[in-house]
Amino acid sequence: MRATDFTIAGALTALEEGAISAEELTRAHVAGIEALNPRLNAYVTVTAEQAIEAAQASDARRAKGEAGPLDGIPLAIKDLFCTEGVRTTAASRILHNFVPPYESTVTTQLKRDGAVFLGKANLDEFAMGSSNLTSAYGAVQNPWNRRNDPDTVLVPGGSSGGSAAAVAARLALGATGTDTGGSIRQPAAFCGVAGIKPTYGRCSRFGIVAFASSLDQAGPFARTVEDCAVLLRSMSGFDPKDSTSAEVAVPDFRAACGRSVKGLRIGVPKEYRLDGLAPEITALWEQGLAWLRDAGAEIVEISLPHAQYALPTYYIVAPAEASSNLARYDGVRFGLREDGRDLKDLYEKTRAAGFGAEVKRRIMIGTYVLSAGYYDAYYLKAQKIRALIARDFTEAYQKVDAIVTPATPSAAFAEGENTDDPVTMYLNDIFTVTANLAGLPGLSVPAGLDAQGLPLGLQVLGRSFDEETVFAVGSAIERAAAFTARPRVMA
Amino acid sequence: MSLDTATVRRVASLARLHVDDAEVAKLQAELNGILGWIEQLQAVNTDGVEPMAGGAVTSGAMRLREDVITDGGIPEKVLANAPDREGEYFGVPKVVE
Amino acid sequence: MSYTIEGETGPWEIVVGLEVHAQVISEAKLFSGAATGFGAAPNTQVSFVDAGFPGMLPVINRECVAQAVRTGLGLNAQINLWSRFDRKNYFYADLPNGYQISQFAHPIIGTGVVEITLGDGSTKEIGVTRLHLEQDAGKSLHDQHPTKSFIDLNRAGVALMEIVSEPDMRSPEEAGAYLTKLRQILRYLGTCDGNMDEGSMRADVNVSVRKSGEGFRTRCEVKNVNSIRFVMQAVEAEARRQIEVWETGGEVTQETRLFDTGRGTTRSMRSKEDAHDYRYFPDPDLPPLVLDAAWVEGLRAALPELPDARRARYVAMGLTPYDAHVLTLEKETAAFFDVVARGRDAKIAANWVTGDFFAALNRLKRDITDPPVTAENLGALLDLLADNTLSGKLAKEVFEIMIETGKSPGAIVEEKGLKQVTDTGAIEAVIDGVLAANADKVAEYRSGKDKLFGFFVGQTMRAMQGKGNPALVNELLKKKLG
Ligand SMILES: [Mg+2]
Ligand SMILES: [Zn+2]
Repeated sequence: MRATDFTIAGALTALEEGAISAEELTRAHVAGIEALNPRLNAYVTVTAEQAIEAAQASDARRAKGEAGPLDGIPLAIKDLFCTEGVRTTAASRILHNFVPPYESTVTTQLKRDGAVFLGKANLDEFAMGSSNLTSAYGAVQNPWNRRNDPDTVLVPGGSSGGSAAAVAARLALGATGTDTGGSIRQPAAFCGVAGIKPTYGRCSRFGIVAFASSLDQAGPFARTVEDCAVLLRSMSGFDPKDSTSAEVAVPDFRAACGRSVKGLRIGVPKEYRLDGLAPEITALWEQGLAWLRDAGAEIVEISLPHAQYALPTYYIVAPAEASSNLARYDGVRFGLREDGRDLKDLYEKTRAAGFGAEVKRRIMIGTYVLSAGYYDAYYLKAQKIRALIARDFTEAYQKVDAIVTPATPSAAFAEGENTDDPVTMYLNDIFTVTANLAGLPGLSVPAGLDAQGLPLGLQVLGRSFDEETVFAVGSAIERAAAFTARPRVMA
Repeated sequence: MSLDTATVRRVASLARLHVDDAEVAKLQAELNGILGWIEQLQAVNTDGVEPMAGGAVTSGAMRLREDVITDGGIPEKVLANAPDREGEYFGVPKVVE
Repeated sequence: MSYTIEGETGPWEIVVGLEVHAQVISEAKLFSGAATGFGAAPNTQVSFVDAGFPGMLPVINRECVAQAVRTGLGLNAQINLWSRFDRKNYFYADLPNGYQISQFAHPIIGTGVVEITLGDGSTKEIGVTRLHLEQDAGKSLHDQHPTKSFIDLNRAGVALMEIVSEPDMRSPEEAGAYLTKLRQILRYLGTCDGNMDEGSMRADVNVSVRKSGEGFRTRCEVKNVNSIRFVMQAVEAEARRQIEVWETGGEVTQETRLFDTGRGTTRSMRSKEDAHDYRYFPDPDLPPLVLDAAWVEGLRAALPELPDARRARYVAMGLTPYDAHVLTLEKETAAFFDVVARGRDAKIAANWVTGDFFAALNRLKRDITDPPVTAENLGALLDLLADNTLSGKLAKEVFEIMIETGKSPGAIVEEKGLKQVTDTGAIEAVIDGVLAANADKVAEYRSGKDKLFGFFVGQTMRAMQGKGNPALVNELLKKKLG
């Protein structure tokens, strides 16, 4: 077996048994990155030397019997997580030279548990996008290709496209991502890997470059649901440095993966049966529900009457918060500076040169919807609809224990296919964005292939802080799907 | 609601984004496309609905930290990334009040 | 008689409201753990949170919240158990995040009232509209470099209370009295040091003028005035400017102005060319601030005695309203007086504190927080007066020695043998000697020249080096001269 093909759970066992060393595991990944990253562009920054040193230190710890729960596991870190001494760009030109003198809480915890960081994964600029095409450091290639059209390069989804592609292409055993409107679940589905956005407040946001503060959540990618559970446990937990971090216990998510779904009530929101939804997506969804029924779950139709408004609501709330969060990139304390004849000119030139088109668009929208005379009509209205969306879920969860939907309305697409019009592009997040608005956990699990052989994912949504049920349902789908397909490009 | 070019320029100025003339028309069209799409929200009845604040369904009260000095004293780190460092300060073009 | 300014067209009334920014006394900043002390080296009291670095998040300081609540209680104001922080978005060199975390829609403190006392002894209530917590900005230095401004973020993120008054003031004097009283209350509460020189307290002065009986006319805001005297001058100058605008057929336009302390005039701010649109919205990094009612009551119970209550107590102790006022101006003075007066005659204590003691402070250019004589020693001196150990004259001498040496009055009396003689036998012996040596004067006195009594007192006291108890000397002389 190739060292890069381990699951995290498998690698931990192999490390423990001495079948492989952390250094071997890391070197295998570094070799894979050297070979494939020039093509896939999944990493913005590769920290091979530090990774090998960290792996050696991990082996030393394990030899002393002091290995942590993730010791020696090589990971890709989305380049939105600040990493001390390692350039952190948010895939933006405006942070091209930013070296944080501090470490995010999530990556601190991963390091605490022994993880090895291979480098910083590419993403859409400031996590704004669903294709990874907005990165200032170039697009990421999806390691999957269409069966009949293997030469067309497909997008990995976004914004955590580099993380998803790295995990799919065996350039990391797992990765961190962030999900503001679907930025973990959509690229996971596009790349045929698992990814979970936990409940808002589960993972600390400290040290993660903010996009939209009330929606952003960190979460893991891995090739199995169980591996996601292992990673999430290390990433989670109360952090006094984040006022929105929840003071709740972190359960053993991995144990929850083995739970039976027998007797669970699984909700199917009727509003998600969109007109014009691809038949393949509908078929996959039905298949997923059938698997769960076979495993003893009860399928219940539910209604989320305001879900249809989730996407436009999101495109008010997220840009509004982003317009404010990104005001700090002004060329004064860090990052890019373009000279100006006065301070205002410096700001305007720096920000015009530093931000890409999508980021500017969202800053403009966000600034507009908060501006005098429009706040009530847009932002306030959106926050009220958001409350209604959250209420829909609260009511639905009186009747069901989890909700299952498609993760995305389509499989991965190519640049140029529905990427020109911003609104069409935004529709990628139609199934995922409600969970962010309501602050609820959502998992994307690979469940099948489309006619072109591209992976498709199902999404499992759960109650607030009930990731355990989400993992149980996701694992049941995973077992039934027995998804063994592999991308064409792989280390 | 539809944005005219003057509004596009005013918003760009508020956001401190330099836009040249060619960009204004493109931005205007894109923003109007997005705003037109967002317009559907006005149809939703939100009478008497408390707006959501923050990202959690059950948004609790703010935690209060103790009044203890736990930070600061790191001027070198604070200044390390500065594009224009002037001794112990950040430098910017002269501001006239 | 209400205050007016006489214009060409007759008298004009002034309408003034103040927005006071008061720096909260706390160890650490409002949303970060960096220190707040004044005068530190540039950018040494800055955390990555204060400097607006990527991924940094605010966490609120409990003490800053408590200070705002204490202040609200001291202003007899509504304490809002539910409040919220909003972002005020604007770009400025010393505003690292591009927004200030403030409270716009839901402040922690609602309406309150401050009673001011005017020069003629009359009082007036000034309404407080609200008090909210917010972050201070950093400091820009414009005079260090020919083409650059330098930014120091030490002050960025320090907690401020913005205290907004109703437009209830009608004269420069009222504005000055309000600011004086507000400062006094804050200092009593220990929530702000009121040090306007160091910028711990700054006032934005809203001024408009009107003819008697009119509604409000357009107001202008004079920003960041940093002394009570300047506030009074700015009110006057801005009112006169507006009167001139109106009287020459012009229209006052609402704007932000600066007070030029050198010229004593106000001028329009250049940075106003760009119309502000602060795009307030709830800060998504911060859940609402919810206060526990019992916690607020605990703060109320622990509140110190405030100036109005203290003044009333002093008057009830027998002090004149004037002395009560003077002694309560600064809480340190009142605290000093309380120690001096404890268990003693309050009026005598007040006379000594406001008399000899204040004179000594002035003469030595010392502050009440660094007194040349401790309150305990001054009290002990009053005890020696009360039990006749010292005469009034000796007490003053001892007081001077106390200032020079810092010693207790008891020790000085002991060392210098200044103890007053109350032994009647000893006094009688001295008197006998004086009378014997001045037999002629005794005869004159006895033949009716009453005025000579003072001469005998003086001679006796001189012979006793001033240590004779005056009352006893008088009494015994009268008896002997009979
Ligand atoms: Mg103001
Ligand atoms: Zn203010």
